[in-house]
Amino acid sequence: MSKKESTFLNMALALIVITLVAGFSLGFVNDLTTGPKAAAKLAKKVNALKAVLPEFDNDLVSEVVKIKTPVAKDSLEIYPAFSNGEFVGAAVIGASEKGFSGLVKIMVGFTPDGSIQNVVVLEQKETPGLGTKMKDEKFIGQFRDKNPSNFNLKVSKDGGQVDALTGATISSRAFTEAAQSAYDEYILIKDSITKSKK
Amino acid sequence: MANTIDQKQNFLKGIVKENPVFVMLLGMCPTLGVTSSAFNGLGMGVATLFVLLMSNTVVSLVKSQIPSKVRIPAFIIIIASFVTIVEMVLEAFIPFLYEQLGIFIPLIVVNCLILGRAEAFASKNDLKSSILDALGMGLGFVIALTVLGATREILGNGSIFDFKFVSEDANTFILFILPPGAFIALAYLAILFNKLTVKTA
Repeated sequence: MSKKESTFLNMALALIVITLVAGFSLGFVNDLTTGPKAAAKLAKKVNALKAVLPEFDNDLVSEVVKIKTPVAKDSLEIYPAFSNGEFVGAAVIGASEKGFSGLVKIMVGFTPDGSIQNVVVLEQKETPGLGTKMKDEKFIGQFRDKNPSNFNLKVSKDGGQVDALTGATISSRAFTEAAQSAYDEYILIKDSITKSKK
Repeated sequence: MANTIDQKQNFLKGIVKENPVFVMLLGMCPTLGVTSSAFNGLGMGVATLFVLLMSNTVVSLVKSQIPSKVRIPAFIIIIASFVTIVEMVLEAFIPFLYEQLGIFIPLIVVNCLILGRAEAFASKNDLKSSILDALGMGLGFVIALTVLGATREILGNGSIFDFKFVSEDANTFILFILPPGAFIALAYLAILFNKLTVKTA
């Protein structure tokens, strides 16, 4: 098996052909996967919405309200839910940068009176086995049906009413901070979204 | 080229005698980084196996067309293309695994094991031997990562493949899920592996 000689022309030609083939095949696979990728992302969002909200019949994903507020850096996303034209609650995305390894992003569903319907963790990079337990029912359960107006959303170490995860106080703090920010945002713009339907 | 490779030996060497993780200690970055559970280890292993198989196949097919002075960049482009394909496919069809493995998927490109096999084996041997070599080495990698992940999951989380066998409140060796536990578990597994294989050899 004779190797090709390493002349300038040979080398350039070989690399050009390889990069061309690689480029085209990547483009082809990209085309194939763009649809399923978007679908997977959407499915994740819809599943989260279904988990945190009461029954609804409007198309939440297309009716998202994006608002700039002083409490959040990014424009925040609020998903108002309606059933037969009546406002039944809203899902708000809350985030905190103070997790043990950075961003903790959660979705909180509120009922019209401001009580927490349910919480789903969207993004987190916490320590496996410690901070990741924030996804567990044991931790999330204590937020359900609580109204932050009379339920202090802080870990008990900081004078609040939330039992922190063992060995993961920082993660728990970030979670409560994210929940608090979601609540603040919700209260701030609640009136405008409940009316917008009419 | 006198090609008298014993194909069975060629396939088996990657699993036992030259196991990439326990004997050659190649590809330590994903080995230590993602094996916090058996499922993650298995997923990473299979992704690597696929890339290794494809790159060995292609490299073996085009080896006589590539001038030797540019062979390394050519190999890297081939490997990187397959890694990107794996990344896109995982994101589209197995988003759960994609999120778990995160940055370690693109890092398969720089896994020594893959470039090492392309350079040391596939560029010198025929297609059949290269495929068997990739399968053997890849399986060795899959087995090693799954065993390491399972060990860490059992000790650190009291579960295996997410099936929990201790109560929810039981104390487990959380250390083994954390990065230092990866080093400790790998070291003891490597000792055990080498002790066993030396005896039988």
